[in-house]
Amino acid sequence: MRTLEDLLAEVEAFEGMAPEHLRLIAGCARNVVFGDGEWLMREGDAADTFFVIRTGAVAVSTHVPQHGALLIETLHQHDLVGWSWLIPPHRVNFDVISNGTTHAIAFDGACLRGKCEQDPVLGYDLLRRFSAVLVERLQRTRLRLIDVYGHVPGR
Amino acid sequence: MCPAAEAVAGGLAPLPYRLTGKRQETADTWTLELEPARAERMAPFEPGQFAMLYAFGAGEAPISVGASDGASGRMVHTIRAVGAVTEALCATATGQEIGARGPFGAAWPLADAEGADVVVVAGGLGLPPVRPVLERVLAERERFGTLSLLYGGRSPDDLLYRDALEEWGARPDMDVEVTVDSAGADWRGRVGVVTTLIPRARFDPGRAVAMVVGPEVMMRFTVAALRERGVPAERIHVSLERSMKCAVGVCGHCMLGPEFVCKDGPVFPYTRVERWLGVPAL
Amino acid sequence: MSAAVTFELDVLDDLLAALSERGHTLIGPTVRQGAVVYGEIGSAADLPRGVTDEQEPGRYRLGADGGAALFAHNVGPSSWKSHLFPPSLRLWSSRRDGQGELRVEEEPLDERRLAFIGVRACDLQAILVQDRTFLDGAHRDRDYEARRRGCFIVAVNCERSASTCFCVSMGTGPRAEAGFDVALTEIVDAGGHRFLAEPGSERGADLLGALSTRPADGADERAAEAATERAAAGQDRALDTDGIKELLYANLEHPRWDEVADRCLSCGNCTQVCPTCFCTTVDDVTDLTGSEAEHVRRWDSCFSLEHSYIHGGSVRASVRSRYRQWMTHKLATWIDQFGTSGCVGCGRCITWCPVGIDITEEAAAIRATDLREGLEHADA
Repeated sequence: MRTLEDLLAEVEAFEGMAPEHLRLIAGCARNVVFGDGEWLMREGDAADTFFVIRTGAVAVSTHVPQHGALLIETLHQHDLVGWSWLIPPHRVNFDVISNGTTHAIAFDGACLRGKCEQDPVLGYDLLRRFSAVLVERLQRTRLRLIDVYGHVPGR
Repeated sequence: MCPAAEAVAGGLAPLPYRLTGKRQETADTWTLELEPARAERMAPFEPGQFAMLYAFGAGEAPISVGASDGASGRMVHTIRAVGAVTEALCATATGQEIGARGPFGAAWPLADAEGADVVVVAGGLGLPPVRPVLERVLAERERFGTLSLLYGGRSPDDLLYRDALEEWGARPDMDVEVTVDSAGADWRGRVGVVTTLIPRARFDPGRAVAMVVGPEVMMRFTVAALRERGVPAERIHVSLERSMKCAVGVCGHCMLGPEFVCKDGPVFPYTRVERWLGVPAL
Repeated sequence: MSAAVTFELDVLDDLLAALSERGHTLIGPTVRQGAVVYGEIGSAADLPRGVTDEQEPGRYRLGADGGAALFAHNVGPSSWKSHLFPPSLRLWSSRRDGQGELRVEEEPLDERRLAFIGVRACDLQAILVQDRTFLDGAHRDRDYEARRRGCFIVAVNCERSASTCFCVSMGTGPRAEAGFDVALTEIVDAGGHRFLAEPGSERGADLLGALSTRPADGADERAAEAATERAAAGQDRALDTDGIKELLYANLEHPRWDEVADRCLSCGNCTQVCPTCFCTTVDDVTDLTGSEAEHVRRWDSCFSLEHSYIHGGSVRASVRSRYRQWMTHKLATWIDQFGTSGCVGCGRCITWCPVGIDITEEAAAIRATDLREGLEHADA
């Protein structure tokens, strides 16, 4: 039986993390499963959780009155889902819905924040890893802002 | 690369080709099927080479070859109607004739890719120019390692070759990942830029040959993602687009630094053009 | 110069007549609309006797202080390329019938055989440069090839330089060294008005053999040498070509491009008068009934916005990028493309630039503030 620590060690974002830190964050984690169309997060909710996808996919989306749901991005195996838990006011900004069955590891944000406060080395390490994910998402977003496939990119 | 062309004091007059079939791919893009209208026909095309298609009275445009059959001389071109010539080409009725000359330009380095994992990254209208690569690798499957097609489009409605994508996706000997920049809730596929497909695509970066085609910005970011994954820069190839009037290196329009995109390219090893692509407005 | 011969002024007409008899159409310098241009001539009487030209950046005026000399002028706004590579040329015509059938007919080749009279060393080099573009690549231009193959070249060595000339620094003049059938040096002195002629090919020797000449003597040869030396010594404009390709490649983002863009009108004059510029575009023209169309190639300029247009916009939208394209092509990328500089030092682009932009000055300005050296200083 593989432990949560083993599963986490395979995730790119936690690659090379000190075993004691992995153990600490695994202490705030649990396995979860979502069925097709189930919500992982809902806009406006308190952001007390983030996820690492083990298998499956989720859609980050928002709803537009006359169009219904609009997909912003899909996230897949080993992607991190959610960072509002990290930064005040800890409120969810977008809907996240499971696309088919999704197995994920859910982290208790309050638990993690507490451990980070107690252990600044862990806190710095985790923040560094989340920053890398944030920067990558920002780059992707910028690239999409260009609308590279449009007739006149950028307009 | 492209077999060295014989020096020919060639004319630049097109040969007549008849439109035998036509399919609308997206709101502004059509796929045209052509066959030689008379005995004379163009020489066979290598994957990555292009033709100059002539719409009567409107002019010529460089168009990549989606498929070509050496025996029958039949050609398939996918064209986006964005200017007078491409609009006229797309408006051609079945049975009518257009002009064509070619083949022009350097081909994808398929010989170098033998034994290697083949990674094809296409963005937008970049799928047609790599379709012959996919067909060739699939036809001679045992000569190559893994085959991945990573394809990014603007939206689900803008995706080309939907049938072929489904067919390829069902094959056990080929990985197909498709992503779009934006989609409605009815889209069950991926949403995100094409570069997000690269970190987890199934290939061995150490033995991969990558072929990238799409808008230039998309290619620059794709190349960066491939390098980050560990694909050596010299094994990444791109297909470039510039204005072209002659297609044989004498009109001067397609220059990128010292390169003539029409005859030195359009397919280049990335390391050969990286320096020039980095200079805005060159 | 062992085979050099001398002939008197009146034999020049015999030379022209002999070329005509051999089926050549004569093209030579002649005065039209206040400039010396290369057009069809019948005899030596059509040559610009006594005509000189005064050239400065952005300025060209004819003078009349050339005495009896026929070739006292320097290069004017036209170049021989107009005759080998016409400004406008129908490549093919097409017809479409009611059934949608397309018939394409290639333009017949120009069967005329030309003889160029009075080709200067810089322009001779320009022809050799264009040969590389149109004949030496995988694609040979059939029209250029036909015109070029039949062309007989009578070079004339320069004995004076215009202020805009810089052929010495480009290694292309003022003396014609190769690529001609016959090279002439015009000598007007106490010994009379005569030409020293050197054959550069078999047919050149053949032609000279048919004329009334005498072997050139020492005095003729010294006079001819002095003439070209005078022309060389009279040049104070120069372009330093040492490492120029690497210099420009390393300075593609040099602030000088902004500075020149402030002055450049992007008119394209430099590309039209340049004897090596080869860019073309094509126009498709249909008749009124819409059943016949012509595909016409015409000279284009990299200074036009359309030149780099791909759907949605132009790659080189700024004047800065277009001037940079022209100059780096001429002096740097040309070397990678064709193994030679695209500049022959004729100075036409300087004379005919309406605001007097000087390619030698621009190259020198970049060399004086080479960004690579700036980096070295920063490292130190």
